[in-house]
Amino acid sequence: MDSREMYTELTPWQTLQIARHQDRPHAGDYISRICDNFLELHGDRAFKDDLAILAGPASFRDMTVMFVCHQKGRGSKERQEHNFGMPHPEGYRKAARLMKQAEKFGLPLVCLIDTPGAFPGLEDEERGQSEAIASNLYLMSRLRVPIVAVVIGEGGSGGALALSVADRLLMLEHSVYTVAAPEAAASILWRDSAFAPQAAEAMRISARELIETRIIDEIIAEPPGGAHLNYAATACNLQDALYRHITELKQLSLEELLMKRYQKFRTFGPFTHKSLSAIF
Amino acid sequence: MISEVLRTKREGITALPRQDKPVPSVSIPQNIAVKCQRCKEILYERDWCRNLKVCRYCDYHFKLTAHERIELLVDQSSFVEVDADIVSADPLHFVSQSQVYAEKLEQERRKVHLNEAVVTGYATVEGKPLSLAVMDFRFMGGSMGAAAGEKITRAIELGIERRIPVLISSASGGARMQEGIFSLMQMAKTSAALARLGEAGIPYYSLLTDPTAGGVTASFAMLGDVIFAEPGSLVCFAGPRVIEQFMHVSLPKDTVTAEFIFRHGLIDAVVHRRELRSFLIRLMHLYYPVATLIPVNKQ
Repeated sequence: MDSREMYTELTPWQTLQIARHQDRPHAGDYISRICDNFLELHGDRAFKDDLAILAGPASFRDMTVMFVCHQKGRGSKERQEHNFGMPHPEGYRKAARLMKQAEKFGLPLVCLIDTPGAFPGLEDEERGQSEAIASNLYLMSRLRVPIVAVVIGEGGSGGALALSVADRLLMLEHSVYTVAAPEAAASILWRDSAFAPQAAEAMRISARELIETRIIDEIIAEPPGGAHLNYAATACNLQDALYRHITELKQLSLEELLMKRYQKFRTFGPFTHKSLSAIF
Repeated sequence: MISEVLRTKREGITALPRQDKPVPSVSIPQNIAVKCQRCKEILYERDWCRNLKVCRYCDYHFKLTAHERIELLVDQSSFVEVDADIVSADPLHFVSQSQVYAEKLEQERRKVHLNEAVVTGYATVEGKPLSLAVMDFRFMGGSMGAAAGEKITRAIELGIERRIPVLISSASGGARMQEGIFSLMQMAKTSAALARLGEAGIPYYSLLTDPTAGGVTASFAMLGDVIFAEPGSLVCFAGPRVIEQFMHVSLPKDTVTAEFIFRHGLIDAVVHRRELRSFLIRLMHLYYPVATLIPVNKQ
């Protein structure tokens, strides 16, 4: 099997390792390659500036878009500063502030998702981590601009979802989206976090499996071996996909846009009726 | 007319025949005793039930079943259940070392006599109509999968369609891992429905009970126009155990409770179980458009 084939046959656990790779490009790496004139904005206007969220407007081809992204750091100092890409409530509130600004100025919203999850500290409970996430879900569902979300690395549960309620949900080829980290799921359902690879498999966390659920709309190809081996090529693919989706969405009337977004999320999650489940 | 509102069928709702008496709680001989989990005092069954399953010594609020909760809150015999037959489709065909999800679901259904972790329907409160979704912790820890998410969303959409307020009572450990990304998406689905309810100017009351955690707290539970919680309930995002592991600290018992989040400005009220019904009546009176009030006999 040649190496290209090998990379299309990765297990979810192997995909997770690439998604978490220390050299994998982060949101900032893509923004600097696909845009000009990115203006990073700061703060939630209430308490603090959370660097786990990177946000601001930029010139993207022939338009201005608003980026609201997770940002992990590189190297131990930066990782601390960005809190490993794990936002506090003030991060989600910064995100909300800039999403509303995008709506105010009619700027398409682009969210690059890459987080192990929302930070689970006691202070986060005090400052309303759950309320901050819930508010973003509520806000995004009715936001009056096109929204494209791309999982570029780890889509860690509710902390990722808070930036993902979008018209189009895309994933880079070797990214993952989880309801719970496989280690956590394994310690609960397998009674031992060593079963994380089995948990990753059972929960179908990789892009390749999720495309079949129709929850995600497209997989964006990475160069053989993963994005960390060729930032430029990956950025190019990302740029093309973003432009294509935003352009399509801009054709819709606002009413159609909101209705389709609602319907998209409305239909997520297969269920059945008890009488039928006995037969099938 | 209120009766019209309650009887109108819509696609997907199958109204069960009205019951003449309240759903009976499990009948237990009168001389059985229960030990309070918190203060360890012995409580006699009959007194305990009369006290709404609250410990008369330390005020510990025992968990209620969904039906007990509904009976506590709404006008007697007014509750009509809908969508009772919506069940999980086991989309991932999930199997772990300790269980086969499909089998576990069947076991829970037989054990708890519920098809899912939430009971939905409509009722009246002092004659005014209310759409309800009430979670039950006994069913797989109240965890939310696609079936529960669907039922809750339909309860919200009933509010939009019929212009009646919505009450959701939460009791959950969070999202149901066995359904993977489908469970996660229920957070977005329910929140989006609430956003539409909000745009229509219809009230949503959120009651938090013990426990309310994870993906449930981080979605519909914290989106109420008015959020009220029972005393001593665990209400959290990550929860004490995760906090302790992550931060390498040891938290005192009962740290992340309803009282804690009330002090931090995150909810509107902590309401003792015996006051819940009157609190709900006040909400429905204050937020209900006076022009559409239909005179009913006072209870």
